Amino acid sequence: MIETLLVFPAPPPPELSQCLDQNSWVWKAINNSNSAIEDQPDTGWGGGVIVADSDPEGALALCKELRQTENPLVPILLLISKGQISKFEINENLFDDFCITPFYPEELEARLNNLFFKFGKGLQPELVKYGSLVLNIETYQATIDDSPLDLTYMEYELLRFLATRPGKVFTRETLLSEVWGYDYYGGGRTVDVHIRRLRAKLGEEHANLISTVRSVGYRFGQSRWGS
Amino acid sequence: MNKIQENRNHAQFDYVFRTVEERGVRLIRLWFTDVLGRHKSVAISPAELETVFEEGLQFDGSAIDGFSRIQESDVLARPDPSTFELLPWVADDEASGTMFCDITNLDGTPFAGDPRQVLRRNIDLARDDGYEMFCAPEVEFFYFAEQENGIQPVPLDQASYFDLTTMDVASDLRRHTLHMLEALSIPVEYSFHEDGPSQHEIDLQYTDALTMADSVMTLRLAVKKIAMDRGVYATFMPKPLNGVQGSGMHTHLSLFSEGKNVFHDPSGSLSATGQSFVAGLLYHAREITAITNQLVNSYKRINEGYEAPRYVSWARNNRSSLVRIPIHKQDKPDSARIEYRALDPSCNPYLAFSVMLSAGLKGIKENYELPPEATTNLYDMSRAEQKALGVASLPANLSEALDEMEESDLVREALGDHIFEWFLRNKRREWNEYQRQVTPFEIEQYLPNW
Repeated sequence: MIETLLVFPAPPPPELSQCLDQNSWVWKAINNSNSAIEDQPDTGWGGGVIVADSDPEGALALCKELRQTENPLVPILLLISKGQISKFEINENLFDDFCITPFYPEELEARLNNLFFKFGKGLQPELVKYGSLVLNIETYQATIDDSPLDLTYMEYELLRFLATRPGKVFTRETLLSEVWGYDYYGGGRTVDVHIRRLRAKLGEEHANLISTVRSVGYRFGQSRWGS
Repeated sequence: MNKIQENRNHAQFDYVFRTVEERGVRLIRLWFTDVLGRHKSVAISPAELETVFEEGLQFDGSAIDGFSRIQESDVLARPDPSTFELLPWVADDEASGTMFCDITNLDGTPFAGDPRQVLRRNIDLARDDGYEMFCAPEVEFFYFAEQENGIQPVPLDQASYFDLTTMDVASDLRRHTLHMLEALSIPVEYSFHEDGPSQHEIDLQYTDALTMADSVMTLRLAVKKIAMDRGVYATFMPKPLNGVQGSGMHTHLSLFSEGKNVFHDPSGSLSATGQSFVAGLLYHAREITAITNQLVNSYKRINEGYEAPRYVSWARNNRSSLVRIPIHKQDKPDSARIEYRALDPSCNPYLAFSVMLSAGLKGIKENYELPPEATTNLYDMSRAEQKALGVASLPANLSEALDEMEESDLVREALGDHIFEWFLRNKRREWNEYQRQVTPFEIEQYLPNW
């Protein structure tokens, strides 16, 4: 199971959310320790990414609060600017690793993976579940009603992108740039073609997992408003 | 190759490795196509997969039609991981995967005899101008009962349009075929009996030209394979029966630029760009016909009429026209398209899409003007009337089509010298062999009288 990352502040800097999305982290942004408790997922937080470069004192205070509870938040990755390094008290054990801003997305991803590994998180196969659909992120396999779905790479990537963000509506353009990458030519039509193939492979019974939102784009699963 | 592209390829290779491992794949079939459009396959084991991804699979091309060259005959098959699929008709304990391959020379440059590379090159040229072509073919074919003494055209049933009974073998075949095609990422719109006995039609849903050419190859294989398993012979021969309409592959085309369908015009008719594209197709139609209709037999279909076009003309709704321009809904700009009706399902789809794209783009580039619509049925006109309208006929036979092609700079450029020259040599030989045959028609007509 992917554990949800706590991200501070809300909304996080766009380069951070983009990096987390691209690497399929599930995350929720919070603005203070109260909402860290209120918004906590049922399974608890999987770890935290705290952006400290704009307001280092506030960020460290939050770290303190998150650590000094019965269930201290681990691991915490701090994003700080170069000039701030010397000011941090390493011995207070308020965070587990840090990354200098502006960060390299590859470095941030590697550090997060390393932290998760060290803290024994994310060792179980990463599964994304929605109803009877299960995606194993590790092995690229997808099953529905326990029988395997035979997907091409792009079909799998599209399904993974959608299934990790249920209820959200994506335009064709967003899907193109997020799933295919910027240098792809086919245009929005390519998205339609793949959605249609995915629906066909999901089978009649489950084809409605992906719904078309008229003149906007596509949504996986139920709308957040229950329609 | 840029970084993102590299990562993408890496992820795709990884995807194939993991799937092979997780699903217990025993065999990976590497698919490619010879110049005549016949399916070729080499199987490798999962253990060889990594090396083949890195280095390609070296083989002697001289055994493949159109691959032979004078000096070096070794080429490399390089699997395209984005096309990886599990074969749906194979039992789970013998799971097999397939991938389409690009063929390269040993130094990694595209091999000039590979039809898939030819289409790739034409697609890249179109992209340089900012265009991406989408295709949707309607593939017709016949089912014949399998005979002990070789393959004979014996129709399975006499069912006509939309006729369906639960006992119908053909409908069972159709259901299985559709199921298999969907499992192979080829969704189809619908399929039904055309007017001919045992004739069926599968309409493919539009996709980009390269994927579609791959899909047509897969479709032909799947249809034949599923039929064979049930003791039925499926054929894509263009005209297997006298007096019954042949099998065509009417193909819908649309052109996109920056995500917009450039054939769309707010008025609901074809845009100016679309009109030039059609003008290009019409202007070069006679030159590209040897490629879109490559068999001696193809011209039996064209000459017979029915839904096959004989005249180089266009219309909004006229079965005898080469190009049909359907009226599309104004609120659905993406559905603006044109339909090229000459193709038959025996063609090499990579080459056929290449010459069609090339002819259409030439029309756009040089601003060809669309001739007036052929509003009356051209079949009903005398040749003199047709000439007065300036309507040309498609080539009447393969020989005439080859003459037209040989003169065509457009076709030579689209196919490249290697395929262009090999194709002409090979097809001239086919025509000459045919010319020497004494046919049943001659025996029937002449033997009793002379």
